[in-house]
Amino acid sequence: MEPLLRINNLCKSFPGVQAVTDISFDLEAGEIVALVGENGAGKTTLMRMLSGAITPDSGEILWTGQPVTLRSPHDAQAIGIRMIHQELALLPNLDVAKNIYLGHEPHGAVPGTINWQAMYRQAAEQLQKLDLDIDPHTPIRNLALAQQQMIEVAKALAQNAQLIIMDEPTSSLTEHEVETLFSNMRGLREQGVTIIFISHRLEEIFAVCDRIIVLRDGQFVGSEPTATTTPSKVIALMVGRTVDDLFPRPRNIVGEPILEVQNLAITDPAQNVSFTLHQGEILGVAGLVGSGRTPLAETIFGLRRALKGRIVMSGKELNIANPAQAIEHGIGFVPEDRKGQGLFLSLSVGSNIIVSLMRLWSRYGWVQWPKYNEVSNRFIDRLGIRTPSAAQRVRNLSGGNQQKVVIAKWLTMEPKVLILDEPTRGIDIGAKAEIHQLMRQLAERGVGILMISSELPEVLGVSDRILVMYEGALVAEYDARRTTQDQVMRAATGNLEAKGPRNDSKSTANFVV
Amino acid sequence: MTTAIAAQPRLNRRQFFQQFGLLIVFLLLCLALSLISDRFLTGDNLKNVLRQSTVNGIIAVGVMFVILTRGIDLSVGSVLAMSSIVGADLLQRGWAPVPAVMVCLLVGGVLGLLTGLLVSQLRIPPFIATLGMMTFGRGLAFSVTGGTPISSFSDTFRSIGTGEVLGIPTPIIIAIGVFLIAYVLLYHTTLGRFMFALGSNERAAFVSGIPTRLVLLSVYIFSGALSALAGIILIARLNSAQPSIGEGYELDAIAAVVVGGTTFDGGEGTLLGTLLGVLIIAVLNNGLNLLNVPPEFVGVVKGVVIVVALLLHRALR
Repeated sequence: MEPLLRINNLCKSFPGVQAVTDISFDLEAGEIVALVGENGAGKTTLMRMLSGAITPDSGEILWTGQPVTLRSPHDAQAIGIRMIHQELALLPNLDVAKNIYLGHEPHGAVPGTINWQAMYRQAAEQLQKLDLDIDPHTPIRNLALAQQQMIEVAKALAQNAQLIIMDEPTSSLTEHEVETLFSNMRGLREQGVTIIFISHRLEEIFAVCDRIIVLRDGQFVGSEPTATTTPSKVIALMVGRTVDDLFPRPRNIVGEPILEVQNLAITDPAQNVSFTLHQGEILGVAGLVGSGRTPLAETIFGLRRALKGRIVMSGKELNIANPAQAIEHGIGFVPEDRKGQGLFLSLSVGSNIIVSLMRLWSRYGWVQWPKYNEVSNRFIDRLGIRTPSAAQRVRNLSGGNQQKVVIAKWLTMEPKVLILDEPTRGIDIGAKAEIHQLMRQLAERGVGILMISSELPEVLGVSDRILVMYEGALVAEYDARRTTQDQVMRAATGNLEAKGPRNDSKSTANFVV
Repeated sequence: MTTAIAAQPRLNRRQFFQQFGLLIVFLLLCLALSLISDRFLTGDNLKNVLRQSTVNGIIAVGVMFVILTRGIDLSVGSVLAMSSIVGADLLQRGWAPVPAVMVCLLVGGVLGLLTGLLVSQLRIPPFIATLGMMTFGRGLAFSVTGGTPISSFSDTFRSIGTGEVLGIPTPIIIAIGVFLIAYVLLYHTTLGRFMFALGSNERAAFVSGIPTRLVLLSVYIFSGALSALAGIILIARLNSAQPSIGEGYELDAIAAVVVGGTTFDGGEGTLLGTLLGVLIIAVLNNGLNLLNVPPEFVGVVKGVVIVVALLLHRALR
C-alpha cells in the first residue's frame, strides 16, 4: 500500500540560507510522528512547505501515491493536510460551532443561507468523536487553552483532515491538559489520522509518538522508533557534532569583579539571585524557557524593576530605572526578540548601528554624520556584516547579519558589561561561529559578558562559567570546562540530587532542546 | 561623505524613484492643467498657488513628524482656530504683533503638549487623543468668542499674510523657512533621527536608550506650534479670525503627507515628498477652481486624484 505522504528530495533555500536540503521520508496513515531538531534545523521550513505556505525549490510531495503541488494553505487543506499553529487561529467571540465551520458552514435550503440546526448538530457530533464534553454554543473565550486546541483539531477533522501538523501544542498547557491532549491524539490515531507533533520536550515526544524524525542543519539525519531509541540517542543525532569543533576554547583570563548581583528577586520576593560577573569573563546562564533567565537580564538592563536586591557595578550600587541609564553605565543588551526589540527594520544598517551612540555623543542634539559614518563602516568591517553598504535597509539582511547589526549597536559604545539573550537563535551555523568568536574577542578586551542560551552546546562551549536557573532561582554554578551537558540539564530541571554523569533518560528528556 | 548614512539625507535608488514618481505625477498634473486652462501657467496664478499652499504646507510638516512616529494628528485645524483666536484677541486689545504672535505660537505649542502628554504618558492612541483635542479646541474656540469673528488688524500684522519681500510673498518666505528648519531637524539632529527610529520600532527605540516619551511629546508640540503659525498667516491674510477657521485642514495636511510617501507604518518618509504632496494638493485645488468645477463636486475630484496619485507613485517606484 502507498504511504499517506511521501516526500522526495525536498529542497528550499532563502537568500543566504539553505534552509532544507534533500529531505525525504514517508508517513503512514494512523501514526504519530515527532519532528525534532535544534533551532534553525529546518523544521519550520519543512512544515510550511507541507501546509502550502511556501513552495519547495525542488523535490516532490506524494499524497497517497499521487504527486501534488501545494501552492497555498487552501491547496493543502483541500487534500486533507492541516496545520495547527502555536498561536491558535480561533475567533474568541464566536461560539464553538461557528468556529469549527467557519467558512464551511452547511448550506440551508435557500442559496446563500446557513443551516444553523445542521451546523450545531454536526458540531456536537464532531465534539463527541473527540470525547469532548463541550456545548457547541460556548463562546471560544470561555474555554481553557487545551480545549481551544481541541476545537482546532475538531475544525481540522470537520474538513476531513487526514494529516494534522501540531506546532508546539503543549507549550502553554498545564500538565493535566497535556495528558488530555495526548489521549485525544491517541484516539485520533485509532481513527487513522496521522499527526506530526513538533515539540522541544523530549519527554512528551517519548510519551505520545510512535516515531521521531530528526533534522539537523536542514537535512534528514534519522528516523527512530520511540520503542527502540533513547533520549540521549536523539539528542546526539540532533547535535551531531562535538562541542570542541564548533566553539573557541575558553581562555579564562578573568579580571576584577565588574557586576555584582546581590539577593535579587525578580518576580517572587522569595527569590534570591546572587552572582558576580568579572571583567573578561563569559558567564553563561542556562535554564528552561520560563526559568527566569530573560527577566534577570531585563532587570539588570532597567526594563524591569527588581522586587528586592542590589546591583553593584565596579563597587558602586546602581539604581537603574530605564535602558538609557543602563547604557550610561556601560551596560549593553542584545535582546532575545531581535525584530521586536533589537532592530529598526525600515532604517538603514548604519542608522541601526549608531542609534544608541547618537545620544551619548551628540553635541547639543546635533548629528555628527562624518563621525557616525566612520563608526558604522568600521563596525560593518569588524563584524563582517554582509551588506552592500551602510545605507542598505536592515530588513534586506539575513538573520545572522541582522543579529550582528544589533551586536554592533552595543559595541559602538564600548560597553563594560554586555548581556546577550539567545545571541545565536535562528541563525545559520557560520554566523553563529562568528558571533561566538566575537564574544571571545570582547572578553579578551576585558568586557564582562552575560550570555543566556537555550542551546546547551553553546552554553558549554562558549562560557567560562555556567549559572543554572530553575523556577526563578539560581540552583547551580559550574566551571564550563569541568561539567557536562547532562549535569547542567539535571540542574535546569530541578534534579540536583542525582550525582555524577549518567544516562538518565528522564532528566535529559525534560530539557528544552 | 560618499558612504553610509551621509547618503541618507540624499536619496538611495528606491527613494529616488519614489520621489521621481511623485515629481512625474506633479508635472503631469501641471501639464494637464496648462493644456486645459490658459490661465494656469501664468506668473500671477503660480504665485497665487504657492501662497495658498503655505498654510497647508506648514501644517503638513508638523503632521508629517507625527505620522513618522506612527501617530496621526486630527487636531491641527482646531488648534489653528484656538491659537489664532487668542492671537486675534490680543491684537484687538492693542498688543503689538510680535508678542501677540509669540503668545499665539505658545498656545499652539501648549495644546500640542497636552495631546502629546495624552499619547506619551497615558498611552491613549493618537487617533483618539487628537480626536479629543480636535473637538475640545473647536468647542473652546466657539465658546470664548461666542461665535463672532474678530476682525480688522493693523497693517503691520496683516503684512505677514499679504506683504512681499523682494517680490516674494511673505507667507512663502515663512514656509520656505519652516521647510529648511524641518530639514535640518529631521536629518541633522538626534531628535529627528529618533523620530524615524521611534516610528520604525518603539520598543527597540526604548531598549536602545532613546527617550521615547520626550520624542513623542515633541512631535505633538511641533505639530501644535506649526498649526498656530499657519493660523497667524491665515488670519493676517483674511484680516479676520473666526471660530470655524481651519475646519477640515487636518485632512488636507494628512493627504499631502501621505501622497508625499510617508507611510502610516511609521519611520518612513521624506520631507521632499511632503513638499511635493503639498504642491500637488495646492495645484489641484487651484486647477479645480480655474476650471469652474462646482464647489460641491471638488471633493469628489480631489478624492479620486489623491488615490490615483498614490497608486501611480507606488507603481512607479
